[in-house]
Amino acid sequence: MADLQTSLASAWLPNPLATASGCAAMGRELARFFPLSDLGAVVTKSVMLAPRSGRPTPRMAETPSGMLNSIGLQGSGVDALVEHDLPWLQAAGARTIVSIAGGSIEEYALVAERVNLAPPGSVAAVEVNISCPNVEDRGLVFACDPMAAASAVHAARRALDPSVPVLAKLSPDVTDIVAIARACVGAGADGLTMINTVLGMVIDTDTLRPALAGITGGLSGPAIRPVAVRCVWQVHAALPDVPILGVGGVRTGLDALQLVLAGASAVSVGTVVFNDPTAPVRVLRELDEALDARGFDSLAQAVGYAHRGLEV
Amino acid sequence: MAAGPLQVKGEVISVRRVGAYSHVTLLAPGIAERVRPGHFVALAVGDATSSTLLRRSFSIYRAQERGVYGGTVEVVLSAHGPGTRWLSERRERDAVDVVGPLGTPFTLPRDPASCTLVGGGYGSAPLFGLADALRQRGCRVDVVLGAATEERLFGVLDAKRIAQSVTVTTDDGSMGVRGRVTDVLPALFERAETDVVYACGPMPMLRAVAGVAAAYEVASQVAVEEAMACGIGVCMTCVLPVVGDDGVTRMVRSCTEGPVFRGESVRFDAVGTVPADAYGAPQGSGH
Ligand SMILES: Cc1cc2nc3c(=O)[nH]c(=O)nc-3n(C[C@H](O)[C@H](O)[C@H](O)COP(=O)(O)OP(=O)(O)OC[C@H]3O[C@@H](n4cnc5c(N)ncnc54)[C@H](O)[C@@H]3O)c2cc1C
Ligand SMILES: Cc1cc2nc3c(=O)[nH]c(=O)nc-3n(C[C@H](O)[C@H](O)[C@H](O)COP(=O)(O)O)c2cc1C
Ligand code: FES
Repeated sequence: MADLQTSLASAWLPNPLATASGCAAMGRELARFFPLSDLGAVVTKSVMLAPRSGRPTPRMAETPSGMLNSIGLQGSGVDALVEHDLPWLQAAGARTIVSIAGGSIEEYALVAERVNLAPPGSVAAVEVNISCPNVEDRGLVFACDPMAAASAVHAARRALDPSVPVLAKLSPDVTDIVAIARACVGAGADGLTMINTVLGMVIDTDTLRPALAGITGGLSGPAIRPVAVRCVWQVHAALPDVPILGVGGVRTGLDALQLVLAGASAVSVGTVVFNDPTAPVRVLRELDEALDARGFDSLAQAVGYAHRGLEV
Repeated sequence: MAAGPLQVKGEVISVRRVGAYSHVTLLAPGIAERVRPGHFVALAVGDATSSTLLRRSFSIYRAQERGVYGGTVEVVLSAHGPGTRWLSERRERDAVDVVGPLGTPFTLPRDPASCTLVGGGYGSAPLFGLADALRQRGCRVDVVLGAATEERLFGVLDAKRIAQSVTVTTDDGSMGVRGRVTDVLPALFERAETDVVYACGPMPMLRAVAGVAAAYEVASQVAVEEAMACGIGVCMTCVLPVVGDDGVTRMVRSCTEGPVFRGESVRFDAVGTVPADAYGAPQGSGH
């Protein structure tokens, strides 16, 4: 059995398997299927400052090996997370990565400040979801502009206890993801999460109208795995010392291994949980076996292994 | 009673055609024991490499703790899309991954009451387990089954075995009364002195039944059907506007808080929207 311990900056994890934001709610429902403490980490649904109702339905459409969603960040807000969810997750023995979101730089700072009020030890890391439209800048998505991305990350970093690592979650819908990654790291991100969903659209050929009430939505699932592998690869090549949480289309242990070989130190399972509620623990077991079968003594040896001997 | 859903490797025992539907019996050890009327199961479509990732949800028609092979659950499905077609084409011994039981079941009256059960199409499936449970509590049970055509009715014989009275309506008059279930409800409510109506079927039917029930001061419970991606409460795709006991409308998950709701709590007029007064709704038009 390979040594599976890993870390995302100063956050130590007993193993590299995590849930993905928005695909595990606040953990309670998945805890009916397996102990959350078996995972490296639980990543919460992104929280904003105030409670949000999200978008109208239909909010999802199935696509080949994936789905589109336009949930619209429905949730009870950061205070409910701090008061109810984090203590519960801590009692369940989970290591929790809190995902935060905002519509303005100030909102990122305020949400981060409230996360600081959580019980000591209940937050392993904070993931900054920058895939939100910036209300101050004509709705331009933070993650698509290096300056806006850096400002959001900086606001969160400044508001948080320095001992809590900050991960910036990047969107693949950009021309140069390395430039955004550099900007986030420059602004104080201790690590990066890649990737968020890919913007997509489905048109219902019976109604002749967009299938989602929100018109466009985020594509996720195995359909986007090659995009995730590419993003992790490019950013790890450019910033080899920055830890990466790899996300996107992981269904099996070998899928997770691809992200690790590309440079991820940990891996999240998202949409596939809808297909198989126990997928995170199954993928972990399969990854462990895959590492053994390839003669790796530890996960750490495999991180970025595919880059060896290649000129970038 | 053991709580919570399980994920099990199920096995097809049989697939039978019943009118326009397929009646599928699945061996699903551990699940049957936990089922209460109104629960549903979420079935995976295809094998571990299937490109249809999302589970399909089906009401539980019957759950048997000790069949010849072990615990079984039965579902009635209407094959129209890729998932339901795949399921209806299964053969004996094929594997089907089952997650269940899911959802919040029907609430049963504490004391013997007069109950009217209304099913539309395959929506009558969960009503038979409910009827059994109500009868065990000494309730009077009347059943109304409606569908577009005779072919799309489900469970008429079953209903006759269980219920005090069975009324059938079809849109085209191919069986029973020509018309809608709501056409026959007022007379039945009076005759049976109905205390509570339980309904399952398409949303427009549920809306109409809840409306008639409210007008006649009959309590109602409806089992709704919203598009679900996970069925287990983690994705937030299946929400609809529901008024809580505090009078506040919230966008709640029909897979965990539902599928059964009190009829008057569902804002049927606003399904598919986020009402402006909903908790956390976007404020104003902004600028
Ligand atoms: C609680 C509940 C109980 C149900 N009980 C029954 C039943 O007893 N018998 C029966 O025939 N059908 C039932 N349905 C509807 C059934 O789930 C859908 O018809 C089925 O999922 C459609 O799958 P498909 O692949 O054929 O269609 P597609 O349209 O290709 O499905 C694509 C995706 O959308 C979802 N979806 C599409 N239509 C519906 C719908 N009407 N409700 C929920 N999700 C939908 C699917 O689950 C899938 O994830 C129930 C639905 C719910 C929510
Ligand atoms: C229904 C749904 C909701 C999501 N909500 C969030 C969210 O709130 N915050 C976030 O950063 N990512 C969210 N995501 C994106 C996932 O965390 C993940 O980045 C993406 O789905 C790719 O991984 P996957 O292919 O394994 O699902 C959501 C994805 C889905 C499918
Ligand atoms: S279907 Fe996923 S939360 Fe209801």
